[in-house]
Formats: sequence, structure tokens, C-alpha cells
Amino acid sequence: MSGIPHDHYEPKTNAEKWVHRRLPIIGLIYDTIMIPTPKNLNWMWIWGIVLMFCLILQIVTGIVLVMHYTPDASMAFASVEHIMRNVNGGHMLRYLHQNGAMLFFAAVYIHIFRGLYYGSYKTPREITWIIGMLIYLLMMATAFMGYVLPWGQMSFWGATVITGLFGAIPGIGEALQTWLLGGPAVGNATLTRFFSLHYLLPFVILGLTILHVWAFHTTGNNNPTGVDVRRGSKEEAEKDTLPFWPYFVIKDLFALAVILALFWALVGFMPGYLGHADNYIEANPLVTPSHIVPEWYFLPFYAILRAFTADVWVVIAANWLTFGIVDAAFFGVLAMFAAIFVMALVPWLDTSSVRSGRYRPMFKWWFWLLVVDFFVLMWAGAMPAEGIYTTIALIGTAYWFAYFLVILPILGVIEKPLPQPATIEEDFKAGLKKKTSGDDGPSAEPIPAE
Amino acid sequence: MFRKLAASALTAATLAATPALSAGGLGEITDFSFTFEGPFGTYDRNQLQRGLQVYHEVCAACHGLQFVPFRTLSDRNGPQLPEDQMRAFAEMYEVWDNELRDWRTATGPDHFPESQFEGAPDLSLMAKARVGFEGPYGLGLNQLFRGLGGAEYIASFLLGYTGEEEIQAGSTFYYNKAYDGWVSMNPVLFEDMLVYADGTSATKEQMAVDVAAFLMWTAEPKLMERKRAGFVGVIFLSVLAALLYLTNKQLWAPVKAAAKKD
Repeated sequence: MSGIPHDHYEPKTNAEKWVHRRLPIIGLIYDTIMIPTPKNLNWMWIWGIVLMFCLILQIVTGIVLVMHYTPDASMAFASVEHIMRNVNGGHMLRYLHQNGAMLFFAAVYIHIFRGLYYGSYKTPREITWIIGMLIYLLMMATAFMGYVLPWGQMSFWGATVITGLFGAIPGIGEALQTWLLGGPAVGNATLTRFFSLHYLLPFVILGLTILHVWAFHTTGNNNPTGVDVRRGSKEEAEKDTLPFWPYFVIKDLFALAVILALFWALVGFMPGYLGHADNYIEANPLVTPSHIVPEWYFLPFYAILRAFTADVWVVIAANWLTFGIVDAAFFGVLAMFAAIFVMALVPWLDTSSVRSGRYRPMFKWWFWLLVVDFFVLMWAGAMPAEGIYTTIALIGTAYWFAYFLVILPILGVIEKPLPQPATIEEDFKAGLKKKTSGDDGPSAEPIPAE
Repeated sequence: MFRKLAASALTAATLAATPALSAGGLGEITDFSFTFEGPFGTYDRNQLQRGLQVYHEVCAACHGLQFVPFRTLSDRNGPQLPEDQMRAFAEMYEVWDNELRDWRTATGPDHFPESQFEGAPDLSLMAKARVGFEGPYGLGLNQLFRGLGGAEYIASFLLGYTGEEEIQAGSTFYYNKAYDGWVSMNPVLFEDMLVYADGTSATKEQMAVDVAAFLMWTAEPKLMERKRAGFVGVIFLSVLAALLYLTNKQLWAPVKAAAKKD
């Protein structure tokens, strides 16, 4: 599958040959797990396995939860309590599923920022990146619909607010919102369709994940230097790479075990910490919670959504230019989707020919500022939309767009990159030397793989 | 637009009429110490039994526990009432039977009745539906170190009446400093209003803390099982991680040695 020269599967026994002639599936699995992988991958390259684990965890726990859950507005809340109280191990299943979504998002954000720092989106991996962005969008849709299913106060009002976004679209908005909800307001019809889609979308994600893996198995992995694996001959390629099994599987499993130990502590000792107390009150269309907040993983984009109030000059300008069609609410919706869309376009917005941020002295600063910006937006999204918080959200939003639309295009032209190592082998050796001489202080450069 | 306005006006009206229903401003919350706090915390059976008594003699007059079956009062990690006592306790309640189309005496598998009044929320999940600690600055650090504080909120609420009253539109409201506002529920705890079966002196604070602990149990009956699973899982995964670390180290050692040689 990979363009990097390596040994392919040869059926040895008669049984293997028999299968291979009819369906070369063993060969496919062999080539997939024996893919030549750059030796110098650091600990930021473990999140793919974590994400794969999360997807499987969510599907497996989800399938069992569905056996006990009732998707009906009058029974959903009670059926979740039934799971929490009467189903054997039900409380653990439910908490694992609930917090599993959070681990999923934490991992996906680190995975995305890893890609942004090391230029994993750059040619020839654009399709891997785009598929990844589609997966991320579907994850958000799935998580949002899943959050509605327990039918608590925050489920209900979160659904009301988020579907209201579609209602803000001029002209077709109200009809679209009604179509999405299955009625004029969030109700039983909304719950049942969200339930159906919440079960369906993870399998679409699974399909896209296979494409995502296929795509980067075709181009080969990126690595912390961004330097390509030498492909002249098998011997040359083997100096730069090691097979995925066992070298990276064991390394990734070790990292996964550490992360799962922390995750398990969260689930076992403080499962409600990252959730919202209001969701333990059954949905009540007549009582609005004082403070409607989405789950933490939506907060940065929620902050962007709310940043554009009617008195912001771009909103006023847009309103004037479109003869009043684009109002503040619709502008916020556009901004929120655009914030994700610009991220998907980054392969074409970044003009630098150097892949890895390691060799881009100016880029580094802007990149870390983007990471800080992400957390600031997350925090601003959790705060009430008033006073200083909207101003902070607006500044954070401005930087988000500036990073992708202004800074990345300009940096590629004006920045003078540092020298890059000639080969991955060279970087791997340099990393080992650095480590043994104890000179790996607080530098931004990650240490190559253990 | 009009629908939105109407909805928010309706909401505002409902909020004003039933302030205790909404999670409002957080007032003064006392950080009571409970036995079930921390990674190793467990429920105190005697405290849960006292809390059950307070619930039965005071709260149940208005509130319900619709998600709690009587039989769970005998559960190993709950109040652990002996089977016969649990049945005798259930018999003090009447439940609606859909088949008989009539009220009948409750038995073990039946749930506690629902709330008697619309304004009195169900208490099954109240300890998880409220938080006692917030912040600072929306960072969630207080909850990390002190816990979510649902039980603390309930105890502080029961003890939070200042004695101030106000009549609005014909109903009396009471100032509560845990809620930091006016609530429609009147003060319900008074010194020595009941005699604890285990002889503990029934001070206001004792009763408030006991019933808060009991309501934590009704909200999270599997707390001890969960912590045990957490403990076993963390140990298992830590050992697994240590073994994988050593495997990984050994696996990579020849690769690294070869790389260092040239």
C-alpha cells in the first residue's frame, strides 16, 4: 500500500495460499501493520491510536447502553437512571461513554494541533487532512446529538440553542430548523431522530477513519522533521524507518495505557467533574437554565459564535452590505462554521515549503499563540456573554482567523527557515545524542521516540 | 421572533414564581466533611439511616424520590436496612397501581412516591443536580480540590435560612443565604424535632448533614462500586503501563544501540 519500499506479504502454507488467491485479506492486514514508519516519531504521534481506541470504546459501550435506553421523551431520563441504578455495571458503562466522548475530543484536539505544528497537512497529505476534518465535524455532530439523549435540562436547552443556529439562516432558516427538529420546538420527534443519527454516525466515522488511515499509509507518515523518508531502495528506506509492528504498536500501547490510567481515575473518582449538574434535572420546556453552556469541547467554537454582537463593526458592515440580510446571529453562525472551514483549508493557506514547525523560528511563536488562543476561547465560551468576556472572545476569534488567513500565508514568504536534517536517520541519531548528553532541557523540540 | 419573546417571557414568569426550581446564584456554602468524599470515601450506613429518617419524617411531606426503589434501602452499599425493616418501611407509603387503578400499600420493588406538589422538586438526583463549589474564574479548580459539593449545597441550603420573610403576590418567600435569594420553601429543620433511632442528638446541623448524605446516596447509589472499579482499574492499568514501558525499552534498545554506534 505504501510507496516506501518494503517487504510484502508472501503466503507460505498451503492454507494461506488458498486464501490469498481468493481474497488477499491477510496480505492487506500484513501490509497495513508492517508499514515502514519513521524512526524519529515522538510522543505526539500516539494520539491516532488513542483516537482509534476511543472510537471503539464509544461504539462498544454505546451498543450496550442502547440495549437499556428508551428513546422517548417521557421515558428517556428515567431509562438513563435505570441504567445508572439497575443495570449490572450500567453506571460504569454510562460514565465511560460520557467521559469517553471527552477523552475522544481531548485526543482529537491534540492530534489536530500536532498536525498543525509539524505541517502534517502539507502536500502530499492534503486528503488525509481533509478527511480528518470531516471526521472531526461528524464527531461534533455525534457528540451533540448524544448529549441530547439523556433528556436533561442541558440536553434540551442545548438542542434548542444549537438548532436555533440553523434558524438564524435568512429565508430558509425557520423551515430548516423545523425540519431538523421534526416540529416547531425540541420534542419527542427531535429525540428519536437524534437517537437514530447518534447510532448511525459513528459507523460513518469508522468508515472515514479507514480512509484516513489508507490515505496516510499511501503517502507514509509525516515525522517531527517533516523530511521525507528516502525511497531509493529498500535498504535506504530501512535506515529511516522501522515496521509499525512491533516498534510503534508497543510504544503506542504503552502511551495508551498511561492515558487510560488517568482516564480511568477520572471515571472512577470524579465522573461528573467535566459535565454539567443541570443535566441531572429532567428536561422541562418551561424552565430555562440560568446559564446554557455546551460541553467543554464545544466551547472555543461557541465563543466564536457568540463573539459577534450587533455592535461589532464587521457585523454592522456585513449587515449594511447585504441590505440587512446578514444580522449578528447569522454572522456568528457563519463565523463558527468558517472557523472550522479555514482549518480545513490550511494546506493551501500555508505558503511555507518547510513542513515542520521545528525549523520555522517565527512560525513557532504564532503557533503557540494559537494554542493559547484556543484555551482562551474555551474559557470565554464558558463565561456569560456579557461585558469583558465578549471582548475577549472577539479578540480570540480575530486571532484565530488571522492565524489561518493572514499569518500563515505571509510567514511562508518572509520567514527564513532553519537548516533541516538531510535524513530522518540523522535526526534520530542527533536526538539520541542529545538525550544521552542530558542536553534536552526546556527546548521546544520533542525528544524522538523511546 | 415573537415566539422567542413569548418563550422568554413565559420562562421569566416561571422563574419568578418558582425560584427554588432553578439553579440560581451560589451563596454561602459550608464545606461540610462527608465520609464519601475523596477517592477512598464510603457511605456511613448509620448516617444514611439517620438521613432516611429525616427524609421520611420531614422532606417526604412535600418531596418525592421517584427513581429510588424501596428495595435498594437494603443494598450492601446503602443504608443496609434489614429485609424485614425495609418492607415495614415501604408499607408506610402508598403508591398508585396502574393495574388496580387505585392506591395500594408499597412493597419492596416499588419506588418512593413522586413529589406531592408541583413546586417541590423530586429529590432523587438533587445532590448531583446542584453544585456547591464553583470557579475561581470559571477554571473549575475549586471543584477539583473540594468536589462538586452537591451534598454540601443541600446541607447549607437547609441551614441557610436567615429568618427574613417577604410576601410577593400572596405567597411567602424566605431568604436563604445558600441560594443567595428568596425561595418558596420554608425552613423545615428545628432543634430536636425528631428523635433519632440510634440516639444521636438531633441538632439542626446533624439533621441537615445526615439528610444531605442520604440524598447523595439516592443520587449516586453506586458510588462505592464505582470507586472500587476506579481503584482496581487504575492499579491494573498502571501495572500494564509499567510492563509495556519495559517491553518498549527492551524492544528499542538494539535499534538505539545501533544508531549510537556509527
